[in-house]
Amino acid sequence: MSENNDNGTTETEQSVFTDEVVTRLAQDAKEIISRYPKPRSALLPLLHLVQAEEGHVSKDGMRFCADQLDITLAEVNAVATFYTMYRRRPGGDYQVGVCTNTLCAVMGGDEIFSSLKEHLDLANGETTEDGKVTLEHVECNAACDFAPVVMVNWEFFDDQTPATAKQMVDDLRLGKDVVPTRGPKSLCTWKQASRVLAGFDDGRAGEGVQAAGPSLAGLNLARERGWEAPDPNNLPTPIDQGEEGAK
Amino acid sequence: MTVTSNSSGGSSPAPVPEDLITVTIDGFQLRVPKGTLLIRAAELLGIQIPRFCDHPLLDPVAACRQCLVEIPDMGNGRGMPKPQPSCAITVMEGMVVNTQLTSAVADKAQRGIMEFLLINHPLDCPVCDKGGECPLQNQAMSNGQGETQFVDVKRTFPKPVSLSTEVLLDRERCIQCTRCTRFAAEIAGDPLIELMERGAQEQIGIAEGEPFDSYFSGNTVQICPVGALTGAAYRFRSRPFDLVSTPSICEHCAGGCAQRTDHRRGKVTRRLAGDDPQVNEEWNCDKGRWAFTYATQSDRLSRPLVRDEDSRALEFASWPEAIGMAAQGLAAARGNVGVLVGGRLTYEDAYAYAKFARVALNTNDVDARAREHSDEEAAFLAARVAGRPVDVDFTAVEKAPTVLLAGLDPEDESASAFLRLRKGMRKRGLKVYSLASHSALGLTKTKGTLVPTVPGDEGRTLNSLDVEHPEIVEAMGQEGAVILVGERLAAVPGALTAAVALSERTGARLSWIPRRAGERGAVDAGALPNLLPGGRPVADASARAEVARAWNVGSLPSGPGRDTDAIIAAAAAGELDALVIAGLELDDLPDPEAARAALARVPFIVSLELRASDVTDRADVVLPVAAVAEKSGTFVNWEGRHRPFGEALKVPGALSDLRVLSAIANEMDVHLGLPDAAGAYRELLELGPWAGDRPVGPAVRPVVPPEPGPGRALLSTWKQLLGTGRMEDGEPYLAGTARKARAYLSKTTADEVGVLDGGSLRVTGPLGTVTVPAVVTDIADRVVWLPANAHGCDIRRDLGATAGQTVELAAPTTNGRQQ
Amino acid sequence: MTTLTPILSKNWDRPDSFTIDGYQSTGGYDALRKALTMEPDSIVDLVKEAGLRGRGGAGFPTGMKWGFLPKDNPNPRYLVVNADESEPGTCKDIPLMLANPHVLVEGVAIAAYAIKSSQAFIYVRGEVLHVVRRLRQAVADAYEAGLLGKDVLGKGFDLDVVVHAGAGAYICGEETALLDSLEGYKGQPRLKPPFPAVAGLYASPTVVNNVESIASVPGIVANGAEWFTSMGTEKSAGFGFFSLSGHVTNPGQYEAPLGITLRELLDMAGGVRAGHELKFWTPGGSSTPIFTEEHLDVPLDFESVGAAGSMLGTRALQIFDETTCVVRAVGRWIAFYAHESCGKCTPCREGNYWMVQVLDRLERGEGTEADIDKLLDICDNLLGRAFCALGDGATSPVMSSIKYFRQEYVDHFEKGGCPFDHSRSTIWADRPTSAAGGNR
Repeated sequence: MSENNDNGTTETEQSVFTDEVVTRLAQDAKEIISRYPKPRSALLPLLHLVQAEEGHVSKDGMRFCADQLDITLAEVNAVATFYTMYRRRPGGDYQVGVCTNTLCAVMGGDEIFSSLKEHLDLANGETTEDGKVTLEHVECNAACDFAPVVMVNWEFFDDQTPATAKQMVDDLRLGKDVVPTRGPKSLCTWKQASRVLAGFDDGRAGEGVQAAGPSLAGLNLARERGWEAPDPNNLPTPIDQGEEGAK
Repeated sequence: MTVTSNSSGGSSPAPVPEDLITVTIDGFQLRVPKGTLLIRAAELLGIQIPRFCDHPLLDPVAACRQCLVEIPDMGNGRGMPKPQPSCAITVMEGMVVNTQLTSAVADKAQRGIMEFLLINHPLDCPVCDKGGECPLQNQAMSNGQGETQFVDVKRTFPKPVSLSTEVLLDRERCIQCTRCTRFAAEIAGDPLIELMERGAQEQIGIAEGEPFDSYFSGNTVQICPVGALTGAAYRFRSRPFDLVSTPSICEHCAGGCAQRTDHRRGKVTRRLAGDDPQVNEEWNCDKGRWAFTYATQSDRLSRPLVRDEDSRALEFASWPEAIGMAAQGLAAARGNVGVLVGGRLTYEDAYAYAKFARVALNTNDVDARAREHSDEEAAFLAARVAGRPVDVDFTAVEKAPTVLLAGLDPEDESASAFLRLRKGMRKRGLKVYSLASHSALGLTKTKGTLVPTVPGDEGRTLNSLDVEHPEIVEAMGQEGAVILVGERLAAVPGALTAAVALSERTGARLSWIPRRAGERGAVDAGALPNLLPGGRPVADASARAEVARAWNVGSLPSGPGRDTDAIIAAAAAGELDALVIAGLELDDLPDPEAARAALARVPFIVSLELRASDVTDRADVVLPVAAVAEKSGTFVNWEGRHRPFGEALKVPGALSDLRVLSAIANEMDVHLGLPDAAGAYRELLELGPWAGDRPVGPAVRPVVPPEPGPGRALLSTWKQLLGTGRMEDGEPYLAGTARKARAYLSKTTADEVGVLDGGSLRVTGPLGTVTVPAVVTDIADRVVWLPANAHGCDIRRDLGATAGQTVELAAPTTNGRQQ
Repeated sequence: MTTLTPILSKNWDRPDSFTIDGYQSTGGYDALRKALTMEPDSIVDLVKEAGLRGRGGAGFPTGMKWGFLPKDNPNPRYLVVNADESEPGTCKDIPLMLANPHVLVEGVAIAAYAIKSSQAFIYVRGEVLHVVRRLRQAVADAYEAGLLGKDVLGKGFDLDVVVHAGAGAYICGEETALLDSLEGYKGQPRLKPPFPAVAGLYASPTVVNNVESIASVPGIVANGAEWFTSMGTEKSAGFGFFSLSGHVTNPGQYEAPLGITLRELLDMAGGVRAGHELKFWTPGGSSTPIFTEEHLDVPLDFESVGAAGSMLGTRALQIFDETTCVVRAVGRWIAFYAHESCGKCTPCREGNYWMVQVLDRLERGEGTEADIDKLLDICDNLLGRAFCALGDGATSPVMSSIKYFRQEYVDHFEKGGCPFDHSRSTIWADRPTSAAGGNR
């Protein structure tokens, strides 16, 4: 009921959740909710959905989620503030996240992050004035064999250096094509990415490589050396010598 | 979730012997029921394991880790490799447990946790409200160490944060035990506070614009094991060790919750929920906790007043003078005096009025029902309620498979019963049905099912359940099913008759839950026109004789008494010579305007009152009486359970109603024989309940509610827990949490009158108009629900209308979007 | 000598490996076809017989987990795939799902059939957008091909699969926290019992398995238990990904039988980067106590690694050479645990908050000997006292690093600062042209 009439809130800007937007999103919400045996399961996708609309999760966005699920605003707020992928305030079209967990940090992530901070004149979590780039450091993103790693809108930019990272953010700000190392042929915006996370496909799953460099290191070596998994039809007789016995 | 099939039906009420199992704690063996938590088992041995998140009435979470113990043997010969949280482990046969008393591992674990808890806790105990009664402070002394290794930077926050007007949060004191959030979510069903953020940044919070306006929010202050949550009214007011505590019983509703009244130098500083597992467990509502300043308002009467014959103004008088005047006036009017007492009296005081009316005034014109009432209700009370022992109690409500509500919104009208319904729903799958105009908040929180009922149609709906809702009738046939009816049904012809009939044809037990604390006691004490004490019918000669013997009088008046409406009508007709009015607000009566006019025609009015009111304004003699905290007595709660309490404050000169009445009677040369409350209680006990035939129950046929035309609607309404009541006066923090005035109406009705959801609606009754925000909801067309007692929407005073009447609806004339 | 056994990765060098056609052309979904001709219980038995142990870190026998589902519970059963790969150093499931999502989908279908579930969820961390796309596409294509949905392959088996993206919380890798998250709550671990097998998702019987565990199932069904046990050791059967990262010449995914050693793997990967030597490494992510050179020959199976004082975990072999400051490395990990601690229990929430400050101070050279002992005491009060394994995990790097490198902690405060030049650790430090690393 009446989610968009702000009553004495301090927000000066007009909410993006107009009646029209709410009606449209309510359709999306319905589809999301229908995927789950219980509606509440839809909360995380719904928060991605409102983030896709607004670029961040605002009180209005949370109110929308609360209304869809018939839960309190506090319940939504608690969830929205628990997970780090929900932005609390407006950010850039491109979220540049430099991994500074131990391995990436040691491999150069710290240097990449500090050079980007200096280059963009931003502190962690801040956005360039042109609204293009939000810089932050992120935790391990499961690409350690590609370290140091930078994520842009949660696409992989592997094996980075300060120079490549600076080039990339410059290109992003200039609107040039920037291509993830393992991802689609071009970057989508933060809002578009959030919509994919909400469960609405953008038809780009087929783009990009299936695997790159380090992912294939073992396979290539095996091919080179003719190593294969055992043949089920010709299993070796019980092996226990091997690596185990030998200390 | 864990409810088993109901098909067994014959689950015998006889207590099944519990499975006892043997556990060894710190070398002591004991046998405890299966399912007992370790921490509780240890308590039975007097072993106190320190704890914070643990609370016996909340689900275990094992979050704070303070209660870690060592378990060298789980009962299967194997030990647990790590210390275990005793708050979450149930005992197993043969289990061996070593607490901090006997295990170095447990002791080290507990000291370590305590050190962790204290690293971010401020050292502000000297200025903290909790200091002196703080579980963290106490257990840091008993189970912590004097020194900390922490030399780093503590979390700090600006303080305090208002979670509501009443509850404040000092975030840096919080130890994230989640007792408060779990209480809100589990017990109250109001998940308006949550732990926001993550990890060390985690903190309790509300969503912006949605304050913690739960009826039960005060319990979180009480169970907070640190000083993180405080009540605005009590903050910085006193130190717990300076307070005197007196066990008390809440005077705000018929629940009879145990409380503790803390006072200092003759003044109540705070009230806490008492622990009574059979009644309120350990909870109370915010009204019970925080509404006590009404007794210390500036309009509190402290000296008798008498009307000056010449000036016609009330003048201070001495007690003897005032008592003398009252006695003289009443003696002159003897036989033609009405006695109107509100529903807030103690059992003993009500008895004093009942006896005074019969013995001193020779009349049965006495009624404690300052609300809608009817002959049907009087017959119902005589047949089904008065003098009955406890039958349906809180536990029976909690354990019932199904509860049907009619004319009762427990969350608003009987908060402790609401909590039991919720508990039954959560723990046992209790199913709630409610005859009401719409699904109110409380019903949704008990996951109840609405039986949509137009106001005034409750009787017909109950009678036709067999056809329209056979599943409910079938559910009512289950062992333990309960029907709970509220006092509002008195205003609906045929409804109580139908409720009795449903109970009789299904076997479901029926219980009556009035709102006010003194209602049930007044019924049992005979402060009704048709009843003498113990449920004895006035109309029954042997009953009268029994009471007359006990009272040492020759006979009692035998003529049928007049009820409140009839007394007012007689007064209005100029037929009464005098009135005795006590603890009654004219605005509580069905027709306050008529009552005001009637009072103007009564030659002599004696008022026994706490504070100045529009009754005292019209009275000829005003006699101040003691507030609940200033006297002892008994409330009889809706169960029929006697809830005695002692006097918390000794206020010289504060006399209970009973003592004032005795004094008047003495002056009239009538001896009530009631020296004090204890004497009255003894006399009631000796009288005992009526053993003779009960009058037959009511037999009234429902009437068809009117069908309003376009632009008109039937009014559905009840009093919300918090509102305009005078017993909430002087507590602005509490008032800030009350639910705001609003109107519920259907989409069709809203369209018909041209009102938008969230827009303003004008509702007009005989006396006037209120303009309130409209909320479009699922409710019958041409029915509108309004709170009866909200600020800006007091339906009796502002509209002059009551439930079931027709009111007019309109969009505001000026601009539909304003307000 | 142990050799590599590319199984899940065997098709990764096909550009169409992630498509349904690509997958089917290398025998994909044959195992599902076979499984649907078998009795569900016999598949559970087969997986038990194969000795497959959970690949998400804890190593609990997968078949046994399936067998725990109560027979008489009337509620629906759920299969939930834990694809919330977030443990620092762990990077196997993400490339697997990117390159070969169908082997996971096929595994889901077989596992769901085996445990008689008709609703599965794949809970994938949200921070891997393209993986989310690939998974969704794979699931959609499988529906299209009749491999999911109503009446799978005409065998009367119904299965719905929902890909659910997380939103950034390491703790959701803990299976009960994952379930809370999947139910739309904060991801905080649940009190156990009841275990998920009895009351998991929506309080119904639920199996939660790691991606690699489920992806291993089609191979077992296709090739038999004996085939599986012909790899690995007696108690740690089969194969798995060994993910080498850090100061190693050729980092990446090496799929090999359990029991292989780091020495063997390093040989395959070209050794520690040229000109440097091994200083310390994690056998299975940051939550497993670190190892040093002395552990190069420890067989990487559950028992041997455990006996040597660590845990096999997720076989995330993070290799650090002598240029790496162990205090810095550990401090960063603890900052991670503090950031990711869900806040539910005291020791993890407060202990990590505290250790961050102590480690910071030590790294800056402002610590004392007492701080080192204090760290050990904090760990003593945290290890085994926390609600879930996250808290325990945080103590691993601290305690093990002090055990092996106490002097390095001392060096920091004796020298009044970090004795290491961090730039020497970077990947570009030894590169001939300094074009890349020219900024400092």
